[in-house]
Amino acid sequence: MTNIALADRPLNFDVHALRRQFPVLARMVRGKPLAFLDNGASAQRPNAVIDAVDDYERHHHANIHRGVHTLSQEATALYETARDRLVEFINARSRHEIIFVRGTTEAINLVAQSYARPLLKPGDEILITHLEHHANIVPWQMVCEQTGANLVVAPIDSHGEVHEEAVVAGMSPRTRLFACAHVSNALGTVLPIRRLIAAAKARGITTLIDGAQAVPHMPVDMRELDCDFYAFSGHKMFGPTGVGVLYGREQLLERMPPWQGGGEMILAVTFAKTTYNSLPNKFEAGTPNISGGVGFGAAVDFLSRMDRDAAQRHEAALLEHATAALSRIPELRIVGTAGEKASLVSFTVAGVHPHDLGTILDEDGIAIRTGHHCAMPVMDFFKLPATARASFAFYNTFEEIDRLAAGVERARKLFA
Amino acid sequence: MPPASSARASYSLKYTMELNDLYRDVILDHNRRPRNFGGLDPADASVEGFNPMCGDRLTVRLKLDDGKISDIRFEGQGCAISTASASLMTEAVKGCTRDEALRLFERVHQLLTDDAAPPGEELGKLAALSGVKEYPARVKCASLCWHTLASALRSTGPQTLPAVSTE
Ligand SMILES: Cc1ncc(COP(=O)(O)O)c(C=O)c1O
Repeated sequence: MTNIALADRPLNFDVHALRRQFPVLARMVRGKPLAFLDNGASAQRPNAVIDAVDDYERHHHANIHRGVHTLSQEATALYETARDRLVEFINARSRHEIIFVRGTTEAINLVAQSYARPLLKPGDEILITHLEHHANIVPWQMVCEQTGANLVVAPIDSHGEVHEEAVVAGMSPRTRLFACAHVSNALGTVLPIRRLIAAAKARGITTLIDGAQAVPHMPVDMRELDCDFYAFSGHKMFGPTGVGVLYGREQLLERMPPWQGGGEMILAVTFAKTTYNSLPNKFEAGTPNISGGVGFGAAVDFLSRMDRDAAQRHEAALLEHATAALSRIPELRIVGTAGEKASLVSFTVAGVHPHDLGTILDEDGIAIRTGHHCAMPVMDFFKLPATARASFAFYNTFEEIDRLAAGVERARKLFA
Repeated sequence: MPPASSARASYSLKYTMELNDLYRDVILDHNRRPRNFGGLDPADASVEGFNPMCGDRLTVRLKLDDGKISDIRFEGQGCAISTASASLMTEAVKGCTRDEALRLFERVHQLLTDDAAPPGEELGKLAALSGVKEYPARVKCASLCWHTLASALRSTGPQTLPAVSTE
């Protein structure tokens, strides 16, 4: 995103009008206007999402798929409409490919247990990269332990980039699955996933992309990417918590056994035999997060209606501004300097522990994330215990970034 | 430290003061120049403490003579609160018996978590940690070294015990 020329900076992008649609952005924190720069952990919700959930709770709630009564039918329609919107939003082929889950973490665990576990033999390999979130490491470690397969890790370079050659070098005739992030949550790196997916496909390797940090920042198109699985979370894309999507290629999902057993995922149960329901319900045992699904649909609607090109250009400009403003601070080191980054800056300041920095910035109403960002191997690679991370959304402003830079400077002086 | 009433006079004033209350000069000083920092060989007990939330890691090593802590040192990396707390702790418990040190731990824990527990005489410089209780997310930073010390005291042999964690 950094390669978009600043000359193209949108004039028609009214960030203040956009901000008014996100009520929390108007609040004060510790006597200062909130500057919410922790969108990578979870983004804020627009009125459209809040109102959709509120309307559902007040007027339409009932269990879905189970009743002939009016409320149940309304709730079912609202929930299933959200699925239709997601089909369009990521250009999937059908509703069968959109499995509702709790979030990215559950999506990856589902693939690990339902796709990989029955398939893997001792000595088989799963390939990931060094910059993954723990959610894209631990489920694979667990399935390796269960099956005797091995986890192979493709390296990153000192900028936090993943090179195609390094990933290809990690592929072997035993590689059964390649899983990687679309965008790194700890470094901001946008991975060259089109090429990585193509390389895996050419070798008959199944692919899973962790899209948790990509979907909030850029349009994604399943038919164009051509991956086998893609996982993302509603709460990072301006929707509610507790709901997310596992996209899966229908032929693969068809062949996979259900993950959890219970209601909703069956057609008929006798004590002798159970007949499983068809896709996507086969993977959706039990009563789901219905209001979350409704809010998720509203978030998708919200994103679909906005000018995403303009939003992307605004985010690219924010990243450029933040990189420049922070780079001017002595003793500050930006961690993650890939050529293509999402609007996120991880950094350290010599002499100031990130945790102290987080507390001091909070005093100024500025919310950032500090710590290992659930990516401890990335921290180990850069030999850091933790970093501070400012992660932007399209509703952030240049002024908020200036406040961030001033706060960092203040902290640096306090500890000098 | 200004009296509490004036600290609450206005929002912005209040918070600036609370920040100063957290990062008092004693804390900043012990963070910049931690006392009793480094290894200790041989040691009678050595325990590593870990705070998974922020990645803070520190090792406390101590020697006991006649049931008293005759020497204690720590090393590791952490935030200012965690480093200063460990540094202050080593100064405070040197010369204490096992029970005295554990009682002091109780008092510090109270100071960090209990609004109704004003710092008393017996705490000495440790009273500088009283600002931490306004920052619930930071209490673990200040208590990590103490949990690690308690674990070290409960062991007596020279072996390294399993690491303790604040979680
Ligand atoms: C890259 C990445 N993967 C996975 C996750 C896990 O997402 P969730 O906690 O919504 O399951 C996150 C969230 O922090 C993330 O940033």
